[in-house]
Amino acid sequence: MKLSGLSPRLSFFLLAGVLFIVGILLILQRHWVYEVPLLYGETQTIWSVEAKVEYNAQDKPVSVVMSRPSNQKGFTILKEAAASPGYGLNFLDGNQPQAQWTIRNANGKQTLFYRAEILESDSEEDQPIPAPVVPFVSLPEPFDEAASNILANAYGTSSDNFSFTRELLKQFNHNTTNQQVVLLRNHYDQQLPQLLVNMLHKAKVPASLIYGLQLQDSRRRQGLIPLLRVWDGDEHALFFFPASPSDNFKIKKNAPLLLWQQTGAPVLDVIGGKQSSIHFSMLKREESAFANIAQNLSSQYDFLNFSIHSLPIEEQAMFQTILLIPIGALIVCLLRILIGIRTSGTFMPVLIALAFIQTSLITGLVGFLLVVTTGLFIRSYLSHLNLLLVARITAVIISVIAIISVFSVLAFKLGLTEGLKITFFPMIILSWTIERMSILWEEEGGREVMIQGGGSLLTAILVYGAMTNPWVRHITFNFIGIQFVVLSLVLLIGSYTGYRLLELTRFKVFSR
Amino acid sequence: MWAFPWRLQQHGILGMNKRNVAYISRHNPRHLYPLVDNKLKTKLLAQQAGITTPNLITTIESQYDVSQLAQRLATSQGFAVKPAKGSGGKGILVLNRHDEHHFVKNNGNLITLLDLQRHVSNILSGLYSLGGTPDVAIIEELIEFDPQFNGYSFEGVPDIRVIIFKGFPVMAMMRLATRASDGKANLHQGAVGVGLDIATGKPLHAVQNGESILHHPDTGQDLSQLKIDNWHELLVLAASCYEVTGLGYLGADMVLDLSKGPMLLELNARPGLTIQVANGTGLLHRLQPIDRLSATELNQGPHKRVALAQKWFASEPLINQPS
Repeated sequence: MKLSGLSPRLSFFLLAGVLFIVGILLILQRHWVYEVPLLYGETQTIWSVEAKVEYNAQDKPVSVVMSRPSNQKGFTILKEAAASPGYGLNFLDGNQPQAQWTIRNANGKQTLFYRAEILESDSEEDQPIPAPVVPFVSLPEPFDEAASNILANAYGTSSDNFSFTRELLKQFNHNTTNQQVVLLRNHYDQQLPQLLVNMLHKAKVPASLIYGLQLQDSRRRQGLIPLLRVWDGDEHALFFFPASPSDNFKIKKNAPLLLWQQTGAPVLDVIGGKQSSIHFSMLKREESAFANIAQNLSSQYDFLNFSIHSLPIEEQAMFQTILLIPIGALIVCLLRILIGIRTSGTFMPVLIALAFIQTSLITGLVGFLLVVTTGLFIRSYLSHLNLLLVARITAVIISVIAIISVFSVLAFKLGLTEGLKITFFPMIILSWTIERMSILWEEEGGREVMIQGGGSLLTAILVYGAMTNPWVRHITFNFIGIQFVVLSLVLLIGSYTGYRLLELTRFKVFSR
Repeated sequence: MWAFPWRLQQHGILGMNKRNVAYISRHNPRHLYPLVDNKLKTKLLAQQAGITTPNLITTIESQYDVSQLAQRLATSQGFAVKPAKGSGGKGILVLNRHDEHHFVKNNGNLITLLDLQRHVSNILSGLYSLGGTPDVAIIEELIEFDPQFNGYSFEGVPDIRVIIFKGFPVMAMMRLATRASDGKANLHQGAVGVGLDIATGKPLHAVQNGESILHHPDTGQDLSQLKIDNWHELLVLAASCYEVTGLGYLGADMVLDLSKGPMLLELNARPGLTIQVANGTGLLHRLQPIDRLSATELNQGPHKRVALAQKWFASEPLINQPS
């Protein structure tokens, strides 16, 4: 561990410092890049959005193409799935992601489902969207002239494409008295959005008609809202269309808007079917960030994403415990080196704490005391038999198992189902504890047994407290970096040469 | 109730963490531990170096030897049975012959030859050894109790712990068994520790269970009157254990035999810290100057080292002289 040219002391602190910084950096990287919240209890909103496509098939090959939402400002797509028995399914990525269902032969009413889990998040940036080429547009008379006049009015009262669009939309407000606007409205009615896009194109303003979905909890059979995207150079902005009395959509204030289709391509295109329709239903979940990270991380398989979450669920659960052990060991270090608490067996309290996690604290404590006390009585009899060490420990192990079995059955018969949890105790460890305590009793007396046993239990309870703390669990499970931080702390504690807290009373004679 | 850490620093008190990091792990190479953790090895090494130890009667290494116990002890009137790898006085039995098949313990209890054989079997199986490894029993001649210590110890012979740092005796204390310590000389079990002046061997300060005392709790003997003969010789013997073992930070447990003088009982590579309480002073003020010595100053014979230590570490007694 000695670096050339550096004193061992300096290189030691360098090592500890580097470990600490690496740990902190890993934590921050995980936080910033993968958006794992640092604090437990931060909730995130997840929307389950389901699109239901219905059409009538006509006994011939069918291809259904539906636009899919992509990651966009405010939303991250976590998971996508589609249910469509008998259909070939492809998720086509590209400028406008699409889902394509295909089938050689279908007849009658068909229903296809697409479902996405969408996380509300602030990390996604607006994707740059190139402006479409403006086509030449001319409307049939007399509408073309009316449109030209309206455009001329808007042009006069605006300075750029965005203010021009705002002025234009203002004129189409439904309580307007402008005769030309009323003429256009009455004629186009349902196609008003397309008309407005055409008018903008006529004025050489790049614009496209896109569709968004307003996310509202527990809504069914919702439709998409048409929106207007207008470009001014490289910048673009979204505009809502003015509402009209015949509109079947209402724009809700404060409802988050998910853009379903962003390029002006059709939302749904069914080839080989008729009477197609698409409806949306959605469900909102507020989940602690803890649960969502798993989904977020397990779906990202790059090398830097060294995450436990990429393991199967079962292994994850195991690691959740394994990653807590360093925290327990750190506490043992603190208690022994800084405080000076004596325990029987250095890391036995950590194992006892792990058992407490399974049994819950009170049940665990009662069970532990019952087993150890009974075990000590049996062990004191065994010591009269003058057995060899290995045989004696084996006898203690068998006794411990017998004690646990008896207590479990007894607890069950008495209706104390909690008592069954006693089987979670590590029996070999328990046996060694009994053996060590028993020897300690014979050699040093009951007082030392109480000191060390009490110290062990106190340590176990503190370790249990730390290990069950949701904050600690959150940090250890989601940030590998914390292990480096713990390691650097342990190194620093290991080089502490000052007095232990309990030595201050041990040497109290010197307080003069 | 509490001592402030800076106050302890002022007194030069050595704490457990500093002892482990700065003294034991720095000055005691791990591979030398077996020399002191095994009393038989220590004894043979010491004999080679001319350090007196209690005479070895026999060693019991196998169950066959156990059955031979009666013959091997036939000529001995009194003896001590010890596990070679025991620590803290565990498994030590001090016996005097009663008749052919019975022995008397220190506390007057009678045990049979069969009991003794069982005890030795237990030692062999590792009951008292560090880590429960198989062990060897050593049987030694008894130490001839010096009557000048009459009344200072309740059962059991008092022993003297000397801390040897790089061959220099830095601190010493006599451990007196009490009724509370059950005839054992372990301070944490209630034995009395009497700090001894390195220069003269005179008592400096006495403690029991961390409290200062003036008289032996069982016999009422005035501890300030404690006197130790052959002090210089005892320190030289202890100091030469440095050459024997190569361990830089060492605790040597010595006893005084009436006819043979100072003898080495056992060595300890992790000597405890209570000796500071018994002496009423800290170890650091003595260890640090030795740490700063040059190689030539360190490279002296045990006699010269002891003479230097006696000059440097002479102390005033803290025990009140009786009026």
